[in-house]
Amino acid sequence: MTLTATAGTPGAPLGVRPASLRRRRVLGMAACVVAVLLAAVASLAFGARVVGWSDVVAGVLHPDTSDIAQAAVRSRVARTLLGLLVGAALGVGGAVLQGLTRNPLADPALLGISSGASLAVVLGIMLLGMSTLTQYVWMAFLGAALASILVYAIGSLGREGATPLKLALAGAATTAALGSGVSMVLLSRTDVLDTFRFWQVGSLGRASFAEIAQVLPFLAVGAVLAVGCARGMDAIALGDDVAVGLGQRVGLIRAVGGAAAVLLCGTAVAVAGPIGFVGLVIPHLARTFTGPSHRWLLPASAALGAALLLAADVVGRVVARPQEIEVGIVTAVLGAPVFIAIIRRHKVAAL
Amino acid sequence: MTAVLATDRAAGGVVAQGRRARARRHRTVLVVLVLAVVAVAVVALCVGQRSYAPSEVLRVLLGEQVPGASFNVGVLRAPRVLTGILVGVAFGMGGVVFQTMLRNPLASPDIIGVSAGSSAAAVVAITMFGLSGAALSVVAVVAGLVVAATIYALSWRSGVQGARLVLIGIAVGAMLDSVIGYAMTRAGIYDANEALRWLTGSLNSAFWPGVGPLAAALAVLVPTLLVLARRLPALQLGDDAAAGLGVSPDRSRLALLLVAVAVIAVATAATGPIAFVAFLSGPIAHRLVRGTGALLVPAALVGALLVLVADLVGQHLLVHRFPVGVVTGVLGAPYLLWLLARTNRSGGSL
Repeated sequence: MTLTATAGTPGAPLGVRPASLRRRRVLGMAACVVAVLLAAVASLAFGARVVGWSDVVAGVLHPDTSDIAQAAVRSRVARTLLGLLVGAALGVGGAVLQGLTRNPLADPALLGISSGASLAVVLGIMLLGMSTLTQYVWMAFLGAALASILVYAIGSLGREGATPLKLALAGAATTAALGSGVSMVLLSRTDVLDTFRFWQVGSLGRASFAEIAQVLPFLAVGAVLAVGCARGMDAIALGDDVAVGLGQRVGLIRAVGGAAAVLLCGTAVAVAGPIGFVGLVIPHLARTFTGPSHRWLLPASAALGAALLLAADVVGRVVARPQEIEVGIVTAVLGAPVFIAIIRRHKVAAL
Repeated sequence: MTAVLATDRAAGGVVAQGRRARARRHRTVLVVLVLAVVAVAVVALCVGQRSYAPSEVLRVLLGEQVPGASFNVGVLRAPRVLTGILVGVAFGMGGVVFQTMLRNPLASPDIIGVSAGSSAAAVVAITMFGLSGAALSVVAVVAGLVVAATIYALSWRSGVQGARLVLIGIAVGAMLDSVIGYAMTRAGIYDANEALRWLTGSLNSAFWPGVGPLAAALAVLVPTLLVLARRLPALQLGDDAAAGLGVSPDRSRLALLLVAVAVIAVATAATGPIAFVAFLSGPIAHRLVRGTGALLVPAALVGALLVLVADLVGQHLLVHRFPVGVVTGVLGAPYLLWLLARTNRSGGSL
């Protein structure tokens, strides 16, 4: 398992001298910050309506504008903020999941967590008549937590523990099972279908400052918990036995880290719908310059996730103008090839 | 010396006895399954908003004109039941080939993205190009084959390994799901509802014009699959052993996959992917037959039985009329989770 973990961190700078590793990390983080800034500017500037740069500046600086171009920019501010938050949450959530399960293929959408949240939200809409975001968020948490416990429990049965193949199959099978529950609700209620089909693809299009204020506390708690287990996850990467030998309380770290992942992914799913592959791909990209240390990996994943999600959202807004392609579709189309590349790079025995 | 020979013969006798007992069980299971399929089919023909006696149904089937029954049974229910049996056979057989070949009961076409190829193409065709009927079926079949070939090609790295094929299938399936989601958001609400029904699998559009092509395609594909499946036991021993037995592992696997995908895609084109039938039939058949014998025919019968029973339940026993795929999905989900847990614990294959 130790070997798998090492093999599961492609481009991990093994044997790199500490000084140059440090320089690489600092440079990498600086590049991440620049990428986030660029993506944020692009997200403000590009959209269905073409606006000039002066309008972008004016729109951000003067909230009470009547100019339509500036108002368009104004409406993009909330969307950009939400994109940053959701992207960062998915990046960190994915990194935590991969660290806890020692599994290079862990991703909230592939492990059935998003579909658990989906089913819970649909049931909430149908049975309890839910309509506000806060209610969705709580239902999504509940669903995400139950689904992730179920998938992990099933995937980790057996002698070898939770291998990537078993986890991925358990996730895909659970997704299929929960998906048929969702269909059952939707087929009997056309009104629920009409709301749900837009939520399902994963979109930032309905962002508002009120929503952001509602989800911010959840994300903050999730982030704090994730950072709190960074050291513990470094130890878990060496194998459970070694981690115990190093004085770490493995069960506690798993529980806290799992709560962090569910909080981060569940909130992201609740507010933006299931967005796949961000949580999978981002930690792999980040590890190429941070190495396996989670104290660097988590912030780098947050920054890269935010940048990538915003970039995907901008791509979705621009390619099909004046229509939009939802960000969840863009990330799936861009992310699946990366996933396939990861599988092809590893020996299956190591997976 | 004679003593040794005698014990040998006795041991041989025990083995032969065991083999005979298994063969007998195999035959019994087949007969019972056939009878069950016939019985459920008769019930499905008789029962409905207006029910008929079996004698009336028989007269309709023999070609007599019976007022009312000729339309209800002959035009509405008979093609529905026939389509249900045909697609059940196809899903059951195609699924068990995948599961046996990849040596994992979870590696069924509905989980590893093969069915998703047909579904995605069909949904795009419905919502964006307004296709229906034969053109839709052709698109779905071709797309299923193309997607399966893509998954196979992507998992090729000096030979194909089951585990890699499964993982890549899951990734491709996830990508196709997002294509489906995109098409759904672009559709009008009426089209979206239609596409969703189609995505879950339904017999509601099964009428006589569709039965002919489906039956013709399966009449060619199913025997081919049965012949090819004789190589499965060798493949199950592992690639090296198979090569030693004179079975080329890669070529056999490719041929089996192609035909199995074609069977699945033809059935998917007719009714949509009826959830979990491909996945459940093999394991159920395995438990019924117990031995290591060929599972294709029992799995096909189990598939037909599942589709017919689930369609009856969906039409008549629930408050709301649900398409068959939703019923199989909801019934299948607990079994799926139980099977997952059991397989993982024993670490074995089907």
